Parts: sequence; structure tokens; C-alpha cells
Amino acid sequence: MSVEVESLGWLGVPLAVFAGAIRVSTPFMLVSLGECITEKSGRINLGLEGSLVMGAMAAYAASLKTGSPWIGLWAAAGVGAMFGLLHGLLCSLKRVNDIAIGTALMLFGTGLAFFLGKPYIQPKAPNLPSIPLGAWIDNPQLANALNVNPLFPFGIALAFFLHWAFKNTSWGLKLRIVGDSADAALALGYRIIPARIIATMCGGVLAGLGGAFLSLYYPGSWNEALSSGQGIIAVALVIFARWQPLRCVGAALLFGGAGALGPALQAAGVSSGYHLFNAAPYVLTLLILIVSCSPTRSLQGAPGELSLTRS
Amino acid sequence: MNSLERILVPFGAVALAVLFFALFVALAGYPPLDVFVLLYKGAFGSSFSWNNSLQRAAPLILTGLAVAIPARAGLVIIGGEGAMVLGGLAAGVIGVYGATHSPLLAQVSMLLGGALIGAVWIGLCGWMRHARGINETISSLLMAYIGIALLNHFVEGPLKDPNSLNKPSTPPIPEASMLGLTPGFDVHMGLLIGVVMAFIVWAVLHFTTLGFSLKIVGGNPRAAQLAGLRVGRWIIGSCAAGGAAAGLSGAIEVAAVHGAANASLISGYGNAGILIAFMARQNPLAIIPVAILIGGIGAAGGMLQRRLDMPDATVIVLQGMAFIAILASEAVMGSPWRRIAQRIWGIEPNTTPVARAPVTVEAKSTLLEAV
Repeated sequence: MSVEVESLGWLGVPLAVFAGAIRVSTPFMLVSLGECITEKSGRINLGLEGSLVMGAMAAYAASLKTGSPWIGLWAAAGVGAMFGLLHGLLCSLKRVNDIAIGTALMLFGTGLAFFLGKPYIQPKAPNLPSIPLGAWIDNPQLANALNVNPLFPFGIALAFFLHWAFKNTSWGLKLRIVGDSADAALALGYRIIPARIIATMCGGVLAGLGGAFLSLYYPGSWNEALSSGQGIIAVALVIFARWQPLRCVGAALLFGGAGALGPALQAAGVSSGYHLFNAAPYVLTLLILIVSCSPTRSLQGAPGELSLTRS
Repeated sequence: MNSLERILVPFGAVALAVLFFALFVALAGYPPLDVFVLLYKGAFGSSFSWNNSLQRAAPLILTGLAVAIPARAGLVIIGGEGAMVLGGLAAGVIGVYGATHSPLLAQVSMLLGGALIGAVWIGLCGWMRHARGINETISSLLMAYIGIALLNHFVEGPLKDPNSLNKPSTPPIPEASMLGLTPGFDVHMGLLIGVVMAFIVWAVLHFTTLGFSLKIVGGNPRAAQLAGLRVGRWIIGSCAAGGAAAGLSGAIEVAAVHGAANASLISGYGNAGILIAFMARQNPLAIIPVAILIGGIGAAGGMLQRRLDMPDATVIVLQGMAFIAILASEAVMGSPWRRIAQRIWGIEPNTTPVARAPVTVEAKSTLLEAV
């Protein structure tokens, strides 16, 4: 990657940002879609960062042990579901704050992943293959940029599916009612707590898959500095995306591009502000939140039961 | 809720977490009993380990306060790490380029500078909460990442001491400007500062109208507004006060331990402060023993690594389990105990109907007028 960008000089920067938007955006997309499902049910799970790191570790370990990255994906999904279940069950207890539990699971998940993942830092596990969408293009740099990972089209398809399903399926409607008004859901005879637990588990599965992307595709190895807060940024992205799956994709692409800016500039020879450029996604998230939130009215599209948007 | 319950339930939760941890350790193939013996020895087994634990407790008391003060206003701030590293950076800069001729002046200005930048950093989260309605938990965590990036940028870039080869650092602070020891202890001054701050915060929160107003803001912002309290100022102010505590802890780490600002500041103390504040149920005085306990567990982590060859994340797993257990124990607080007691012994609940009645908006505002 860096070699090719160097050969293009400054022109390589926008190309790298474009390629990065596709490559780096995948975990943002998966985690934010997962969080979108969870928040639609009226709960917020800040612990997705922990699920993501655990998913990354589990995927890498499973891929190493079995030799198949696809089994790694299943392992990540399973671990993510377990963490989602834990969050969902704990938050169903009386007087237990979902934001605080999320913080605790973030700490626990990362600690557990570092503990169990210690033996997997050195060995090299088989990675996910990429799909050469750009094979028909002559320009090798551009073709390389279009080498997408299999989770990217999965995420896009999932976003379209969720967009449709939230409106057109009975469980989509149930989920939205449970998230918008617990009283209405009760009146209709829906069981609120199971719905929320399942929604949190779905979120956990997708966060685990987001982690699997990190360890099995890009950067494609397991170490303790693997995640840089993708789980938490994704939670903020959902607010920016107004709880709409298709907007989550757009937001994730924007963030992928911002995240690729630092490495791309470094490859083009700008080394001084490296750490500052790496902080670009966080600054961008904050700026977007400042612009898109409002203190006076509740957010458009926000699930009514969400503690996040309390005033 | 009686006070015995307030002590017993968290202890029970921690005991449960320890049990789970023992199970986990055994499943991972380590001898649980040896682990606990080493944890005790490494934390409180000798005067050396006591000093080590107290040295770690000093910044933890302050990062715990950084969570507990905004919590009084109903805010969950988890970005203390960012304020802490920036406080350390400020102290490193002031210690080298500030007033170096007078050690006392240098020390005071380092600590105040660290507290100030921490206050601004977390105060911004309060402002975003009040002015733009942004969830403070998320914004403070994002600010922490930005703060850490700023530290790395300055330490490896514009402020780098050319002589710091292995570990990029700011130039060393003159020996004379470094903080001394807490009288009577073999631990730096940060311990005394932390304990004194915890007492001050406790006194302010419990005995002044300031603390009372903050509690109203945290309990019911609408009632607070009706009572004429400027909610925004209280939100921003409590965040700034918490940030000041976190910034101060970073400044102490630089002025007493590291002697220069560098990546050692990114130690996880800010994150541990969240756990400590919740374990102490946001009570400033309870934060002191809890910080010593958590500092001790951290100090023992090295011993587990050396003696049993366990991963350094072992103590994070224990902390995570304790954190989850403490939060979940909230569910058994209060009524269930009384109901069980009532059923078994026929004891009447000792709360009077008046005390049980929810405090209405009117009642709160009249209360405030009385103050």
C-alpha cells in the first residue's frame, strides 16, 4: 500500500483516502449497524468496544487453530453474541444503568481479550481473502484500491436489508415500538425485555464481526493496540446517522476516509503531524455531534426509550 | 436504604467477583490460591509493597474524584485519562520553561497548570452537554483519545528533548522542582494532596449549599431550573472540577514520579478511576480506601507476571469482573431485603410513608427556597 502511494506522490493521498474509505470503514459500518439495532430497542451498549476486541481475538485464535478464517468469523460472532447477552441480561436488572454497564463491559472485554490473546500475538493466522472488484482496471493503484474485503458488501447488503426490515417486517415494527414506548409495547402485549436482549445480542454479533475484520483483514494481525476506539466511535456514528441504517453506511465511509488520512499523509512524506492526523476521526466525530445535536428538541428519529437522549 | 446495606452489598459483590475470578484463573490453568497469595503479598505484604500500592493510589484517588464529582450532577464522565495526560504535559512544560528559580513556585504552578488544563478539557464536555445536548460519556471518551494524540504529538514532536532517545520525552524537570515526600510516609506528596482533596470534595458536597444545589441538578434538572438554578453552569462547573482533579493527578505523576512528560502518562489510571468511583458509590471519602485497594491490585500485577508468568492483563480482568458485579449489585439494594426480612421475621419496613413518597417538583423547589 505505502509503496504504491509513494510512487504516486501527492496524488496518492486522495486515492489512499478513497481506498481507506472502503477498507477502514468496514468495522465502523458493522459496529454502527449493530448499535443501530440495539438502540432501536431502547438500549445503548457502550460495551461494543469490548465485544469488538474480544471478537478480534476470538476470530484470530479460531482462524489460527482451524486454518479457516471463515470459522474465525463464526467464532467472533459467537463471542459477540455472548457479550451482547451479558449486557442485555445485566441491563434487565432493576436500577442498573446501561451506560455504566457498557463501560464495565468495555474494560472487562478488553482485559479478557488481552489475557486470552497473549499466545496469539506472534503466530500468523490465515486472513480473509479479498474480492478483486477492480481486476478490469489497468491502473494497478486503482485496481488495488478496489480490492474489497468480503465483509464490506455484507455490511452494505445488511444496511439495505435493515432499512427495509425496520419498516416492513413484523419484528422490525415490534423492535421500534419497544424502543419508542415501553408503555405502548406493554399495551400491545409485546415482551419488552426479551426483545431488548435479542437486539443487544444482534449488536454484539456485528461488533464481533467488526473485530474479526480488524484481526483477519486489515491490519490483519492480533495485538493489544489493534482497536483504537472503533467501538465507541460507532456509537457516536449512530447518533449522527439518526438511527437510519443507510446513513450509517455513509457515516462509516466518511470515517474510513478520515481514518486513512494519517497513514496516507505519512506515506506521502508528511511525518510531523502524524499523531494529530490520526486523531482526525475523533475530532470529526465531535464536530459532527456538535453540529447535529441540539439541546432544546429531542433528536429526530431517536428512539423514545433511549437514555442517551434524555434531557 | 440503611448504611449497613450500603457497605455490605458492594463488599458482597466484590466477593462474588473474586470467586468468579478464582474460577476463571483455575480454568486458565493457574493455581488460584497462589494467585491470591501473590496478589496480597504484592499489594500489602511488606512495607515495600505498601509504598508501591500507596504510590499508585495517589493518582487514583484524584481520577476517582474526576468521575465522582460530575456524577453528583448526574453525569457519567469516562474521559479522565485525556485530562490526566494533558495535565501531565502541562506540568512538564511549566516545570521546564516556567519559573524555575523558585522550587515552590515551580511546584505550585505545575500543579495549578495541570489542574487548569484538565478543567478546560472536561469542562468542554460539560459545555457540549449543556449547549448542544451531546452525551457526555461519549464526548469525554472521544476527548480522551484526542488528548492522548496531543500528548504523543508534542512529546515526539515540538517538545521532544533530543537527549531522550529510547523514550521520547519533554526535557527533564530540574531536580529541585520535583515534589517531595508526604510527611511520615515513603510516598510522594501526591498521596497527601489526593487525600486532602477527597476530604475537601466530601465536605463541599455534603455540608454546603454548593453540594446541595449540585445534587438537585443531578436529581431533577427541571426542578433545579424551576428553583432558579442555572443548570448549565452547574453541569459545566462540575465537569470542570472533575477535570481539574484528573489534570492534577497527571501533573503529580510528572512532578513526583516521571520527571518529564512522556508516554508513561498513558497508564490507565484515568480509566481505573471510573471503576473506583463506582465501587465507592461516588462517595469521595470511600474513594480513598478503594483507590488503595485498586492501586494494590495494580502493584501486585507485576508480581503475578514475574512469578506465575501470567499476562499483564490479569488485573484488568479482575477489575472488570469487580466493576460488573458492583453495578449489578445495585439491583439488590433497597426493597428486596426488607421484603425478605418482613416475610421471614415479620419485621415492619422502617421507612415511613412520608419518606417513601416521591419528592415532587414543588417539594424540591420549596426545599431550595428554604435554603
